Amino acid sequence: MGKKQAGTGPLSRRPDNSAFKQQRLPAWSPSLTAQTVLPTFYILSLVCLFLGIWLFITVENTYELKVDYTNAGTCERCFDLRKHVIASKTPCTCTVSFQVPKTFQGDVFFYYGLRNFHQNLRRYMDSRDDAQMVGRKNNLKAPSSYCAPFDYDANRVPIAPCGAVANSMFNDSLTVMYNPADGAEIQVPLYRKGIAWYTDKNVKFRNPPTNNTFTLQQAFEGTTRPLYWQRPVYELDDTDSNNNGFINDDLIVWMREAAFPNFKKLYGVLNRAQVPFTEGLPPGNYTLSINYNFPVEPFRGRKELVISMVTWFGGQNYFLPIAYLVTSALILVAAVVLTMVYVKVGKYGKNMED
Amino acid sequence: MDFSSLRSLITRYCTGEESWVDSRTVYIGNKVPPPGTEAYILQRFPDNRIVSSKYTFWNFIPKNLFEQFRRIANFYFLIIFLVQLIIDTPTSPMTSGLPLFFVITVTAIKQGYEDWIRHKADNAVNQCPVHVIQRGKVERKQSQKLQVGDIVQVKENETFPCDLILLSTSREDGTCFVTTASLDGESSHKTYYAVQDTKAFNTAEEVETLHATIECEQPQPDLYKFVGRINIYLDRNEPIARPLGSENLLLRGATLKNTEYIHAVAIYTGMETKMALNYQSKSQKRSAVEKSMNAYLIVYLCILISKALINTVLKYVWQANPNRDEPWYNQKTETERQRHVLIRAFTDFLAFMVLFNYIIPVSMYVTVEMQKFLGSYFILWDDDMFDEELGERPLVNTSDLNEELGQVEYVFTDKTGTLTENNMELRECCVDGHVYVPHAICNGQILPGAAEMDMIDSSPGIDGKEREELFFRALCLCHTVQVKEEETVDGIKRGIHQGKSTSFYISSSPDEVALVEGMKRLGFTYLRLKDSHMEILNREEEMERFELLEVLNFDSVRRRMSVIVRSSSGEYYLFCKGADSSIFPRVVSGKVEQVRARVEHNAVEGLRTLCVAYKKLTHEEYEQTCHLLSSAKLCLHECDKKLAEAYDVIEKDFILLGATAVEDRLQDKAADTIESLHKAGMKVWVLTGDKMETAAATCYASRLFHRNTQILELTTKRTEEQSLHDVLFDLSRTVLRQHGSMTRDIFSGLSGDYQDYGLIIDGATLSAVLKPTRDVTSNGGNYKEIFLEICRNCSAVLCCRMAPLQKAQIVKLIKASKEHPITLAIGDGANDVSMILEAHVGIGIMGKEGRQAARNSDYAITKFKHLKKMLLVHGHYYYIRIAELVQYFFYKNVCFIFPQFLYQFFCGFSQQPLYDTAYLTLYNISFTSLPILLYSLMEQHINMDILKRDPSLYRDIAKNSLLRWPTFIYWTLLGVFNAVVFFFGAVFLFDNTTFTSNGQMFGNWTFGTLVFTVLVFTVTLKLALDTHYWTWINHFVIWGSLLFYVIFSLLWGGIIWPFLNYQRMYYVFMQMLSSGPAWLSIILLIIVCLLPDVVKKVLCRALWPTTTERIQTKRQCLTAEQSTIFMLSQTSSSVSF
Repeated sequence: MGKKQAGTGPLSRRPDNSAFKQQRLPAWSPSLTAQTVLPTFYILSLVCLFLGIWLFITVENTYELKVDYTNAGTCERCFDLRKHVIASKTPCTCTVSFQVPKTFQGDVFFYYGLRNFHQNLRRYMDSRDDAQMVGRKNNLKAPSSYCAPFDYDANRVPIAPCGAVANSMFNDSLTVMYNPADGAEIQVPLYRKGIAWYTDKNVKFRNPPTNNTFTLQQAFEGTTRPLYWQRPVYELDDTDSNNNGFINDDLIVWMREAAFPNFKKLYGVLNRAQVPFTEGLPPGNYTLSINYNFPVEPFRGRKELVISMVTWFGGQNYFLPIAYLVTSALILVAAVVLTMVYVKVGKYGKNMED
Repeated sequence: MDFSSLRSLITRYCTGEESWVDSRTVYIGNKVPPPGTEAYILQRFPDNRIVSSKYTFWNFIPKNLFEQFRRIANFYFLIIFLVQLIIDTPTSPMTSGLPLFFVITVTAIKQGYEDWIRHKADNAVNQCPVHVIQRGKVERKQSQKLQVGDIVQVKENETFPCDLILLSTSREDGTCFVTTASLDGESSHKTYYAVQDTKAFNTAEEVETLHATIECEQPQPDLYKFVGRINIYLDRNEPIARPLGSENLLLRGATLKNTEYIHAVAIYTGMETKMALNYQSKSQKRSAVEKSMNAYLIVYLCILISKALINTVLKYVWQANPNRDEPWYNQKTETERQRHVLIRAFTDFLAFMVLFNYIIPVSMYVTVEMQKFLGSYFILWDDDMFDEELGERPLVNTSDLNEELGQVEYVFTDKTGTLTENNMELRECCVDGHVYVPHAICNGQILPGAAEMDMIDSSPGIDGKEREELFFRALCLCHTVQVKEEETVDGIKRGIHQGKSTSFYISSSPDEVALVEGMKRLGFTYLRLKDSHMEILNREEEMERFELLEVLNFDSVRRRMSVIVRSSSGEYYLFCKGADSSIFPRVVSGKVEQVRARVEHNAVEGLRTLCVAYKKLTHEEYEQTCHLLSSAKLCLHECDKKLAEAYDVIEKDFILLGATAVEDRLQDKAADTIESLHKAGMKVWVLTGDKMETAAATCYASRLFHRNTQILELTTKRTEEQSLHDVLFDLSRTVLRQHGSMTRDIFSGLSGDYQDYGLIIDGATLSAVLKPTRDVTSNGGNYKEIFLEICRNCSAVLCCRMAPLQKAQIVKLIKASKEHPITLAIGDGANDVSMILEAHVGIGIMGKEGRQAARNSDYAITKFKHLKKMLLVHGHYYYIRIAELVQYFFYKNVCFIFPQFLYQFFCGFSQQPLYDTAYLTLYNISFTSLPILLYSLMEQHINMDILKRDPSLYRDIAKNSLLRWPTFIYWTLLGVFNAVVFFFGAVFLFDNTTFTSNGQMFGNWTFGTLVFTVLVFTVTLKLALDTHYWTWINHFVIWGSLLFYVIFSLLWGGIIWPFLNYQRMYYVFMQMLSSGPAWLSIILLIIVCLLPDVVKKVLCRALWPTTTERIQTKRQCLTAEQSTIFMLSQTSSSVSF
């Protein structure tokens, strides 16, 4: 009796007997054994194989063409001219001819490619002012210090858009002419819009506020153009006034810095409204004429025009199909080895359990 | 008295300055002593404020910050942060500042809160009122304003506000009763004595008139030691000097009982009280896991520095071409151009350091600490370790050592109270060879009507009868037992018998209680101590009164105690009881042989034996004794030594009366626990102060020694016959021969029947072994090595006759031996504290011998049997959990940072970060932190019942096996492999092609985000593969943090953040997800990353399974067959509680 009564006191300190506190929560305890892993491996290997084959076929039917025009054709002259004087105002045009062997079916995309141009240098990458380019009024005339030495010009006038990235914008203009065997030269029509991310063009990049009476030029008053530019930012596109200022497509494309020193950026999309381009890019001879402005010699770079078909899978990239096929093979090898081990050791293992 | 005071004066002036520094003079009532006696030197003492808090309101921030940054890791992150602030670095200071700020703030809040609680407690104590006598009146004062020298009045049930010297009490005899339960856990009432010459001053007015000074030593932490002297000035005469001892000193924290009020003078106040001095923090123990973690850290620091160096050098090699150094599109500013190249290189080096610094994450420390702190609650909550009898849960005093519980190789255990219950019963007594067995044994209770006895050896004759009664009287008188008329003892209600109020015997030693209770059953009842007379009720129900003259207290060196009493007929007796080894050499007559034979017989049975002896003293002899004692007590200097000498002189020429045997039962499941520990590969050593035979018997009973264990003895008995040198070599030869054949047996697969050895060593031999030998040339080194060699080959070792310090020495010896094994010490008494503090893990048992062991331990449990679950289950779990935690943390940060390193080769070594700032900051804080934290709290690779049933599983993790270098290298290489896969996979995917259906291109942030996405998924899924115990919590955090990553990325890229100056992540994640090839490559890369680890796991499991894995497999087969039954039993077990 006494003991029972006495028991109630001390028991009050007894810990809760919940499953969590006693570490006895119901749990699922899987472990990686041959029985569970082998079927997964075989299935995975098969899936990878099919994916790989499918991707391979897709990529096989995608064509890409690269035309290096750095010093090819008549561009040798322009190449030499741009060698030393970086900001030369002397215009220079040249042409390079090339051949398209097969029809590029469907939508055809034109890119400009640069080699050995490090858009990914840290100081270069940071040398931009997003606050300015999203249209914040206060930041327009007070460029970020990251933009130095491209933040103010010699007269301490703020630069818009500031920074090394905008300053070094690609400024060659490219025109492709189709030379059919039977007839006159036709210019390949290109859409030069819709080449930037929709969100960048319509949300992120914004011009400083304007209205009917207050033009874009007035909005940019008090700023100057980047040192290497020939035109101010509000006059980048003569043809379309809505493509000027910070929302210029070419500027936006350029401002999305590439991850590697060899990169390409979208220049335009084939306009298929017109014959003979309704089916895509027909095979034959073409001429590329270039307004040659962008110097690449100083950094041993190359410039090229890339013409590419694009499917749902994108351009011509053999990496993924091959990677899938190789992975499939690896998994299969692993699965076979495991099966062998399992067959051999299985009995032995069972004995050990007893 | 004149003589003694003169002598003290002489010693006072002769001992010189130094001894003055060590003592203090207290003026009672802060009154100037009568002039001419002595110069009045005003000494300054601290006030009675107790400060247990570390910080004040003002110094909290600087002091706390200082303390936090003293930790090397925090300091490292601070440096990184400062570097980021000062120089132009690739990542914003936010990335390391925010986590650091978070960590520092959380720690500061935790410490601040703890300190606030301490402040509150301090204030409550410091402001509680005390009664001080001033100008003859009782005045109230705040406790903190109490000064040394103040006379304090304390009433019943009040706690003493500081260390006091008792002047007078409400009782006439100048005694008072005190319980020191809050100091050392002993709830017994202890008697304290007022100074004889001041006990008359027992009203406030009278005390005010007292002129006296007290000289005493400066404060010492030892609770039981005090020496001092009081000089009382009466009528301008020479002062009367009286010795003061610990029986006059009332300690702060103790409580006054059964006494109406006392007057006492404060001598130690505030932080100088013995209680405050005892609460000093213990030295920090660090676990083996922490040590290997620090080793890994150093490796990673080297990796970090070499990465930064390589990149810096390569950067300047790459930039040797001026067009690369400064291409036209990336011109430098004027100031940058002018900077010296060395400064630039150094800045670059620092910038690389900053870029790669995440390889050593701040969050690892936080996670490890949280894991330890939260994890320790599972010990507290464990219902199996709850003691219903005491109502106590285990105590966790430090959570730093959780995983060390899984690494124990040596267990050092105390015997009494740890292996045994420390619940004593008198089994028999032997008077001159006649054996008496009191039956109707009922422990701790005095049963009425049980006063019968069984005489095995009948008719002892008339002379024998006299001796017998003397023996019983001796046991009734020679003790320090008190009689308590209350019902609660130790917080346990012991029950009321038949409505009568009962009295209890209370003593600090349970043996004494057992003896006195046994005597009661044999017809001699000890009633009480009244007016320094001990009253005994003898068999004829007559009252006998003995005047208690002196008590020569028990101590562990002498191992005996004595009392001097005067019988009513005026005869002086000295009764002594103690260990046989300390009594027999002092005996001159008596039936030594018969008693010795009986004692040895009993000891073999595992009983605790005591011998009783006496001698008669003449009045002169008594006077001489008194003189010896008082002069020894009076001194200030080396008092203990002098007392011991005096005792040695007094306690000799005894006549042996007989011996007693007390049984101490083994604790519940002690043998089972020891067997499990053995099976788990631990070596169990018993360290005890008991005699060899008793201890050995306990060892057999607790299955430490088996019947086929060959016992090797290394005792004084053997070393008397042979030299220590020979004995040691003999033993080592025996053991090593066996060892040699044992290894052969293992090769031939016949290791089943090898002989196992048990070693018994006693304290004296041990100290001989440990003594550094002088002639090194003769035996070529120390005995220590040989001794250790022998011990290593013995499955069990028993060390008996150990002094507390020797216990610690043994632990230290093993700790320092060449394998550096992890040691665990477990004990319950104050004598085990030194070994508990010395061992890697100290475990205290909340037992009968007070709370001192529990207070000084790292963990405290209530019963020895709980050690099994503590080590085999909790220790095992904590170890595998923290091992995975540490390895995984390094792995995931290699995966995280190595791609950044590789990216430098593509971006001209310009320190361009691969990932966005938000990702850099949050990777360790939120994307990957919770799954591993929860894993490290919940993981159970094997069910805990199996762990308990099969102790050999403990060997799987022995010797820090999960944190060895090969494992570490495997994880690191796996991390590097994964990093290479993510990075180059993404590189080839991005290789100058489009992978969107609208032909638009992705930039570098998409590249980084792709790598990061693969990284987060791979790292989390890798943990999922390692998880063996999927509760809903694991599911929640693992899938939850992946989901959180996706949601966060959508949100982070979904808005133009108004407060940010860069918008580089805008829509990057969503654009990536809109591309089919991105999905395909993310899935592929994750599969490729995880593949080798899965293959390795399956192969290892099939070809070289560990015991753990074998059991997992077996269990899986079982669950597959009987899944329903298992589920049912599990649910029912969780419901039934």
